[in-house]
Amino acid sequence: MTDLTKLSIAEARDLLKKGDITSRELTEAHIASVDAADALNAYIAKTPELAMEMADRADEKIKAGDHKGMTGIPVGIKDLFATKGVHTQACSHILDGFKPEYESTVTQNLWDDGAVMLGKLNMDEFAMGSSNETSFYGPVKNPWRRGDTDTVPGGSSGGSVASVAGFAAMGATASDTGGSIRQPASFTGTFGFKPTYGRCSRYGMVAFASSLDQAGTITRDVRDGAIMMESISGFDAKDSTSVDMPVPNFEAALTGDIRGMKIGIPQEYHLAGMPGEIEALWHQGIEWMKAAGAEIVDINLPHTKYALPTYYIVAPAEASSNLARYDGVRYGLRETVEGGGLVDMYEATRAAGFGDEVKRRIMIGTYVLSAGYYDAYYLKAQKVRQLIANDFKMAFEKVDAILTPTAPSAAFAPGEKSDDPIAMYLNDVFTVPASLAGLPGSSVPVGLDANGLPLGLQILGKPWDEETVFKVSGVMEEAANFTAKPAEWWR
Amino acid sequence: MSNIDKATVAKIARLARIKIEEDKLEPLAGELNNILGWVEQLDEVNTDDIQPMSSVVDAKLRWRQDEVTDGDKQESVLKNAPNAEYGFFAVPKVIE
Amino acid sequence: MSNYRIQGATGDWEVVLGLEVHAQVISNAKLFSGASTEFGAEPNAQVSLVDAAMPGMLPTINAECIRQAVRTGLALGAQINKFSVFDRKNYFYADLPQGYQISQFKHPVVGEGTVTLDLGDGKTKEVGVERIHLEQDAGKSMHDQHPQMTYVDLNRSGVALMEIVSKPDMRSPEEAGAYLTKLRTILRYIGTCDGNMEQGSMRADVNVSVRKPGDPLGTRCEIKNVNSIRFVRQAIEYEAQRQVDIIEDGGVIDQETRLFDPSKGETRSMRSKEEAHDYRYFPDPDLLPVEFDDAFIEAARESLPELPDDKKARFVEELGVSDYNASVLVGEKESCDYFEELLAALAAKTGKDAKKLAAKASNWVMGDLFGALNKASKSVSESPVSAKQGADLLALVEDGTISGRIAKDVFEIMFETGKDAEAIVEEKGLKQVSDTGEIEKIIDEVIAANPAQLEQYRAGKDKLIGFFVGQVMKATGGKANPGMVNQLLKPKLDG
Ligand SMILES: [Mg+2]
Ligand SMILES: [Zn+2]
Repeated sequence: MTDLTKLSIAEARDLLKKGDITSRELTEAHIASVDAADALNAYIAKTPELAMEMADRADEKIKAGDHKGMTGIPVGIKDLFATKGVHTQACSHILDGFKPEYESTVTQNLWDDGAVMLGKLNMDEFAMGSSNETSFYGPVKNPWRRGDTDTVPGGSSGGSVASVAGFAAMGATASDTGGSIRQPASFTGTFGFKPTYGRCSRYGMVAFASSLDQAGTITRDVRDGAIMMESISGFDAKDSTSVDMPVPNFEAALTGDIRGMKIGIPQEYHLAGMPGEIEALWHQGIEWMKAAGAEIVDINLPHTKYALPTYYIVAPAEASSNLARYDGVRYGLRETVEGGGLVDMYEATRAAGFGDEVKRRIMIGTYVLSAGYYDAYYLKAQKVRQLIANDFKMAFEKVDAILTPTAPSAAFAPGEKSDDPIAMYLNDVFTVPASLAGLPGSSVPVGLDANGLPLGLQILGKPWDEETVFKVSGVMEEAANFTAKPAEWWR
Repeated sequence: MSNIDKATVAKIARLARIKIEEDKLEPLAGELNNILGWVEQLDEVNTDDIQPMSSVVDAKLRWRQDEVTDGDKQESVLKNAPNAEYGFFAVPKVIE
Repeated sequence: MSNYRIQGATGDWEVVLGLEVHAQVISNAKLFSGASTEFGAEPNAQVSLVDAAMPGMLPTINAECIRQAVRTGLALGAQINKFSVFDRKNYFYADLPQGYQISQFKHPVVGEGTVTLDLGDGKTKEVGVERIHLEQDAGKSMHDQHPQMTYVDLNRSGVALMEIVSKPDMRSPEEAGAYLTKLRTILRYIGTCDGNMEQGSMRADVNVSVRKPGDPLGTRCEIKNVNSIRFVRQAIEYEAQRQVDIIEDGGVIDQETRLFDPSKGETRSMRSKEEAHDYRYFPDPDLLPVEFDDAFIEAARESLPELPDDKKARFVEELGVSDYNASVLVGEKESCDYFEELLAALAAKTGKDAKKLAAKASNWVMGDLFGALNKASKSVSESPVSAKQGADLLALVEDGTISGRIAKDVFEIMFETGKDAEAIVEEKGLKQVSDTGEIEKIIDEVIAANPAQLEQYRAGKDKLIGFFVGQVMKATGGKANPGMVNQLLKPKLDG
């Protein structure tokens, strides 16, 4: 029998529909694979019993002819999404023991379609990080190694990408605030998709930076991404920033035909000091697009270099406020001080509950919002953010999609950048601008670097035009024919 | 522009309700100054006459009807509480 | 009133006052969640997961709260802002679950307006309103239930408040009291706040400073959450004196937040300066700006009832009610409702023009009704005699069925028993005797029984006619129609 964990979601879907396999079989195989992948530290909570129940229910649905794209498909859920009665801590100690009494809309959408939950996935604490080294549950290992050296899976959706690259989930939910889907996808040879801000509900998703956070997916290929994205998308009245737009059939957008399409190449993304391999791969991508009949157009996004500093004002500011609710009063960790009062409890709880990176960002955010500094930092950043969004708006008057590298490097070794916050922040240099503008984007795996580590290219689209991003991603995937798989050292 | 000293770090930590040990204040001041010094490159950008972004979503706020559709779930509300007594959340007393 | 002065050792001091009133918006559900706003439930029973700030919970706005704020603004003749923004006001407190209050800082929904104070004797004063914004209420912390613990109830958490901020236009405790009174009256008329200060649905923060008349503004102190109009006056008196004493002793006033302790009649400092808050306001990224159009404002305007100032003017100018009566009646919505219902019913019953009845009806409400209610310590809404019943009683006087004097007795019984006037009149046989024959018969008897008085009358002592009227009334138990008695008696006495 074939290894069911190596199937794509699309393949499994078709086999399930035909009755050739059952969700029970598929789920059992994945539960075993989840256990075998413990060395990756991708899962921080496993839910095998729940998975089997859900699988049986999915099999009944399929028998009854109620079959959707995700019915019976085992997936992993980033710990950022509230799952009723199941561990939900955004991988922070401060949410110690928290089991929500509610379900996030994104996961509810999956369960409504009959998907199966394997467990909760590791991530950077509160999604703050680009290497998955800030999790309270320890770092995630990238299934791809540099020789014998471990590498980071990227972040913050490190558990999501590692589980999917490591065949311990057919797909995973993820979230992107400044690149947390696309950058780790690039590091692990997976397909990451972030939709337009407002496409997926943020209800029940632990907030990091509300104006940027957007749910998305990690899958092994583009078609799977389209199937899973269609399931999690949709209007939700419980989120005031959710937009009431019909969800297109994303899979239908995978026509393979981009003839005549205009693809923009932002000149400002040619960073000085970027590894030659990445530059070369980008040019290769441009050639593939040309070969497929697209027209390549040079564009300018003049405020690109200000995107990261803008992001590192806006995101911490919002985070400092969003994370104020973790105070030891209503849920999670509580640390009291002998003879102390309420304020002592707050300070002790938050000191013990948050990790260093989270504290650093809360401090920065508190500072830039504080009296006397608001205008100079926060207001200034929101103005520059508007300029960045305007850059994209003007560019998209000339082009249908934009092609860039996803990250300025391949996966690095643990600890390599964790001492220098700014070096770490630079990982998101190509992903942050689109996040600030709320645009849809993907990372498509296209090749390996000299160390045998995967690299991805980023495709960005107009607001609400996820279909073009999928279409171009599909053509890129086809042209790149990226078939490399990591050696399964963790099994 | 930014020159965060130990006292400022202590003040921010107090505002953010995070206890920071005395010996950590100085190193943290260094880190924060680094980051703030780096973000201050935004000063180069001319933002005269630019409206700050209010939302990336180009939409109007939707309004809810005035109906009671929620509540009446004391048990759920208190379920995860570190300490709940007689239907209340219980916290150490406020010391003024 | 505005010449209220504190006599200090160095001369007279003027008090400058501004009020920030928190008024709970009348709505079924909370500002950003679907939980009920009802008062008095079990702890944490009227709490949604949004109100408890569970991770990932998001606010969605209640349309009615926006409408109510706009209606309030319109009632104060204020500027309505078609674009407003919700901000987060960040601070930590056990009963503030999000760690921030969603409020409006830079762009409130309502801008500048006016409240006209009634200062008695027909004198008025305009007090400016700076702004009205919408915000969430906090929960409740109880510090006295347990020796080491504070108990937190989130039932109030997220209930919509309007913060109505006045300009520093008031100059005496009386003016501040009149402002609160008037504001409360208006809110209750338009139904945007029940004005119940005891239950905390209306609270005032009072900003107090003192200065020598003509000098620039002094440093102000804010007295938080004062929950009755009387306490507002007391707090101001105490606080103004305290500030004068400090300054005259060579001290300076610290700008600070203070609390009023009603049991001691004092204000005291709430928190030290070191704790000074830095609220780090910024626009709430979970919400978009609030926008509405002129049609929405017009619909809100059309939903407004007649406002107290307009009502008073109409009572005086069109109905001929005295200025004093009109002021008192309009001052309490319940009194005014009672009066208007009574007048309408009376006009309908008698077929007479309300203009002819209004002055009498207002006198009856202000005199007989309020007198009885006062004695019984009851409010208008608790009156055992309904407006309709009152109208029935006055109608009996109007059509001559009973005399005004008998009406007082009937009302007394009505007030005690709740019975209708007609039933009482019937039962006790109090109907006015207007039968000429019967009255003549009694007159003849009275004249026959008092020959001496008759003789004196006929000798020129005219005043004795009063004696005979009295005797006739006495003989009929007060039921004889007095006009008729007068008319019939004179010719008989004259012989
Ligand atoms: Mg205030
Ligand atoms: Zn307020």
